[in-house]
Amino acid sequence: MDCNSASPLSEEPVIICRDVQKWFGNFHALKGISMEVMPQEVIVIFGPSGSGKSTFIRTINRLEEHQSGQIIVDGIELTHDVRNIERVRMETGMVFQQFNLFPHLTVMQNITYAPIYNRKWRRTEAEKVAMELLERVGIPEQAEKYPGQLSGGQQQRVAIARALAMQPKIMLFDEPTSALDPEMIKEVLDVMIELAESGMTMIVITHEMGFARAVADRLFFFDEGLVVESGTPEEIFNYPKEERTKRFLAQILSH
Amino acid sequence: MLSLVRYMAYAEQTSTPLYRDERFLRIINQVVVVALVAGVLIFLYSNMVTALRTQKEVPISYDFLNDTAGFNLGESTIAFTRTDPIHRAMLVGLLNTFKVSIAGIVLATILGTFIGVMRLSTNFLVSKIALVYINVFRNIPPLLLLIFWYRAIFLKLPRVQEAIVLFDPVFPVYIANRGLFFPWGTATESWYTYRWILLGGFALALFVAYLLRQHGKRTGRMPLVTLWFLVILLAVTVLGYVILPDPLEITKPALKGFNIRGGGSVSLEFWGLLFGLVIYAAAYIAEAVRAGILSVDRGQREAARALGFSSFNIMRLIILPQAIRVVVPPLISYAIGFTKNTSLGLAIGYTDFFAITGGLILNNTGRAVETLTIILLVYLTISLIASLILNMYNRRITLSH
Repeated sequence: MDCNSASPLSEEPVIICRDVQKWFGNFHALKGISMEVMPQEVIVIFGPSGSGKSTFIRTINRLEEHQSGQIIVDGIELTHDVRNIERVRMETGMVFQQFNLFPHLTVMQNITYAPIYNRKWRRTEAEKVAMELLERVGIPEQAEKYPGQLSGGQQQRVAIARALAMQPKIMLFDEPTSALDPEMIKEVLDVMIELAESGMTMIVITHEMGFARAVADRLFFFDEGLVVESGTPEEIFNYPKEERTKRFLAQILSH
Repeated sequence: MLSLVRYMAYAEQTSTPLYRDERFLRIINQVVVVALVAGVLIFLYSNMVTALRTQKEVPISYDFLNDTAGFNLGESTIAFTRTDPIHRAMLVGLLNTFKVSIAGIVLATILGTFIGVMRLSTNFLVSKIALVYINVFRNIPPLLLLIFWYRAIFLKLPRVQEAIVLFDPVFPVYIANRGLFFPWGTATESWYTYRWILLGGFALALFVAYLLRQHGKRTGRMPLVTLWFLVILLAVTVLGYVILPDPLEITKPALKGFNIRGGGSVSLEFWGLLFGLVIYAAAYIAEAVRAGILSVDRGQREAARALGFSSFNIMRLIILPQAIRVVVPPLISYAIGFTKNTSLGLAIGYTDFFAITGGLILNNTGRAVETLTIILLVYLTISLIASLILNMYNRRITLSH
């Protein structure tokens, strides 16, 4: 599992999206997104706000319901079948921009509740795994604190540990560093880079282009509910084909 | 007043005139309010004293509390006969008030939480049922509700001879238009020793639970504190019962002639008051619970869903524990309101504190000022104690954040 996977393995795609469409009332948020993600691949999605990137990533674990098209995660198709939705949510971890830690629970409880209640682990077992994860994200000494007592960067690292505790096959990151102070961005990105290198399948919405260059296998540029362009970091950064991509990159890389 | 004098000396040196200086206005506001309140109180008191003097009534005295009551009381948790003193009758009433209040507040909180959660359901029918419930019962005077339950439901239960009997013969429960009858233990000689054993067991269980909590906090792994608490309590209860020669004599209710004898009973007046007020209070509590749930950030629910929690567990583990911070303050007022509303029991003949003191005792003794003062002070004390307890709880859950 710890081979540095730049090339997708010769397996089935772990996520298949075909012509995914979504409306909010009259607003056409996703106008037909197709994407296949291979195991151990790292996908970075970027684009202007309102382009549908966040909505798209949220359809993958059914926080948003898609209205047409097909989404298959780890061989399970997302339909109105509640059991399928539950199984997909168990297989995908999600990290939010605003962390969304549970403020009334300690860090340890934040991490262990999901495996205890949803995977039916024993508490001792869950706590052992939680301690290992806290070591991995570098804050084992914070286990008994409450989220309110931690810095933003520490909170986001707890949120990553919390998602990993369910032992997901796929990790979704929805702008994980956008709510952080500049000096805390690096500590979170370091954890994400380590995770990518360990072979986790990841879809990351971010504008941290340094991160994208370092670990992304493919980049997707979203605008107005469509994938404008996709390709390897090399292709996107050095030889973008679309005018819209060039303009957007020029703006975010200019300073 | 010293600060006012000191201030005025200071103000002379500045150019702002007194009447627009906020520091001066702040002080003078308070002086005016205190003067007004004191004035009203003095007026009322002198009024009362004059009225009493012109009517040539006996001076205010509380000696009558030791007189013989001279009346019987149907509903009582402690032994009471007509030869007992008046203050004991008041105690009977007070216990009856507590009995219905405590049971009622617990039930109303459970029902209210349930309806408040239903109100926010995504299921159209469920949410509309809750909406109708809240709007109907919030807008009916509680007095009407309890008269309805008492007269239209409970008094229409079958007569004693045709009572509904449940769980016969192991644990016979009789339901009839005279009340609810169930097996109950009466104290024997060894009961008084047994009572101390129970108290000791409770203290022991509490102590062990405290030690376990401390241990849990040290090691970071919380043992099953509640379970151990209950186990110890149960062990002591059973052990004491085995050692002592039958501290309680269990009797089962049975139909004898025109009445049901044996066991314990709860009157229909109690049920009428309880049902009426619980249904009324639950509508208010439901709204408070709804507000509390809505106050929890949307992201909390999303994060919990993404981790695969079921809707029930999201509510129980994530949303309600956070909502409670918003729910507790209004809940304090509703609990106090509930306790005061139990005085409506007078209308259906429930002998609560108000019915006994403001009804029976006032009529028998004619001591209006004394009885009303006692009633006022007692309700004030109950309310203050209730708000004190709930405020302490509120502070605890807020600080642990």
